[in-house]
Amino acid sequence: MTKVKSIDIKAKKIKYSSSDKIFYGITGILLCLLFVIFAYPLIYVVSASFSSGAAVSAGLVVLWPVDFSLEGYSHVFAHHLILSAYWNTIRYTVVGTLINIALVMITAYPLSRADLKGRNFLMLFFVFTMLFSGGMIPWFLLIRDLGILNSMWAIVLPGGLPIFLMIIARTFIQSSIPHELLESAQIDGCSDARYFFSCLLPLSKAVIAVITLFAAVGHWNSFFPALMLLTDRGLMPLQIILREILILNQIDMSMVTDPEAVIAMLQMADVIRYALIVVATAPILMIYPFAQKYFVKGVMVGSLKG
Amino acid sequence: MNKFRKNYLSKWQLYLFLLIPVVHVLIFAYYPMLGAQIAFRRYDLLAGIWYSPWVGWANFERLFNLPIFTQILSNTLLLAFYSLIAGFPLPIILALLLNAFPFLRLKKTFQTVSYMPHFISIAVVVGMTMQLFSPRVGGVGNLYFMLTGELMPNIFASANLFPHIFVWQQVWQTLGWSSIIYIAALSSVDPELHEAAQLDGASRFKRVLHIDYPSILPTVVIMLVLAAGQIMNVSFDRAFLMQNPLNIARSEVISTYVYKVGMVFGIGDFSFATAIGLFNSVINFTLLAFVNVLSGKISGTRLW
Repeated sequence: MTKVKSIDIKAKKIKYSSSDKIFYGITGILLCLLFVIFAYPLIYVVSASFSSGAAVSAGLVVLWPVDFSLEGYSHVFAHHLILSAYWNTIRYTVVGTLINIALVMITAYPLSRADLKGRNFLMLFFVFTMLFSGGMIPWFLLIRDLGILNSMWAIVLPGGLPIFLMIIARTFIQSSIPHELLESAQIDGCSDARYFFSCLLPLSKAVIAVITLFAAVGHWNSFFPALMLLTDRGLMPLQIILREILILNQIDMSMVTDPEAVIAMLQMADVIRYALIVVATAPILMIYPFAQKYFVKGVMVGSLKG
Repeated sequence: MNKFRKNYLSKWQLYLFLLIPVVHVLIFAYYPMLGAQIAFRRYDLLAGIWYSPWVGWANFERLFNLPIFTQILSNTLLLAFYSLIAGFPLPIILALLLNAFPFLRLKKTFQTVSYMPHFISIAVVVGMTMQLFSPRVGGVGNLYFMLTGELMPNIFASANLFPHIFVWQQVWQTLGWSSIIYIAALSSVDPELHEAAQLDGASRFKRVLHIDYPSILPTVVIMLVLAAGQIMNVSFDRAFLMQNPLNIARSEVISTYVYKVGMVFGIGDFSFATAIGLFNSVINFTLLAFVNVLSGKISGTRLW
């Protein structure tokens, strides 16, 4: 078995001409360089988050953790605001994503039907909102006048129907689900609604996975709506708290009264920041391997017809 | 009547499906477009959108006479064009290189890593950049110290460095993800073309230039049209999160200024802020329409 393999590799190697070898060499070096640029910051952040405060402030961390410690994490999870922000982000992500999936699918299904009169007009009606918008302030005034300012609904309702994802779903339905299925269902006396729930949804798992991934990442990382629409500290999502701690350098010292503890806390500040970055990013990176097999497909389907 | 029945009544369930989405879009997308009329009114809290007094173009005149206006506009344009010039060709080149790379295992690993930054929030990426480039405790700061023996200057304190940090941070975050669409397009290139060219003795590099690149050109054109339509939408999040008093001369862009006029400076001047936002939307839309027609004329590929 191994012998066959080695012969195979040799046979392959012989195929490359010398100019191809140079080309592959240069490509390989470029890709390696890019790999370092992509991977190094990520590895450094994780390593620093598992190091001790002293090691990080002394600049000893280069690639791997130095003085392995979980102190940064224990501080992050002891912070009352971070925990409530975490919970809020989870709430907004779950509810927002469910609303997205429901609205996207009930919009994409009728618009995928070639026998729907007025389909082109309706499509334009939806797509136009991608190209032109009333702007930040009228949008804010609307949400204020609806009386949902400073509530979860302000975060999850206005962006309930992402048109881009709707186009992906519609293209998927048109290209991957055979027309014959609808025809035979209709002959059997299946109504349009029944077809949607019993035939179309079970066959659309792949595109629903793509929509879920895109929508969930969007909600998890969204910053601007919370900045505009929420004032209650108890409702703030993670990204707002991240800005305060990571970027504006606000670490709450008021609760620490012992001067020695303050010094330790200052030393810990950087480790806490690194740990916070890991804690804030890990959940979304964890769903990524599961959804990975779907999303390239999803982008591909969406690109077939813009 | 019969025709009406056949066309519409028999499909009532489909229209019922669309009822909620249509109402949703009417409320959350079209109503704010009507609300944009306050750009031509003097917004009065009690009178609201529909009954505030008309002032014509006064808000726009005020905008064009604003001393800071040229600065904000040029900051926005600089970031927009710099992002486009740096950010548009790189994903194409990356996709072409990856596609030509013969070692599958390495290719897969590389792709997975290159998508990752896309999943990290802008707040985290900005925080990460500040932390990594921190002269004292950052990874890059340490590296700089090891190589040169002196402390790295604080790059976030310089207004002139701001556009570079903004754009290259954005490139880092979007490069891998933006290349997916081109990789997908490349996967549909007919392998027989490559075999024929190989028989004629074309090297892999030649085949990239004369087979791979021309076959994804339509995708490239569509993406360019789309990018042109988004050009003035300089990321609010990124600009806002990276702003500090030391770089504000370069980092204040239209969207962050709208936010400040409307929501931060004392009592929000809603009408003026809306006028600035509307100015931005109209430029964007005009550019999109223009580039679309242009690309239709030149390459035959257009959005509508």
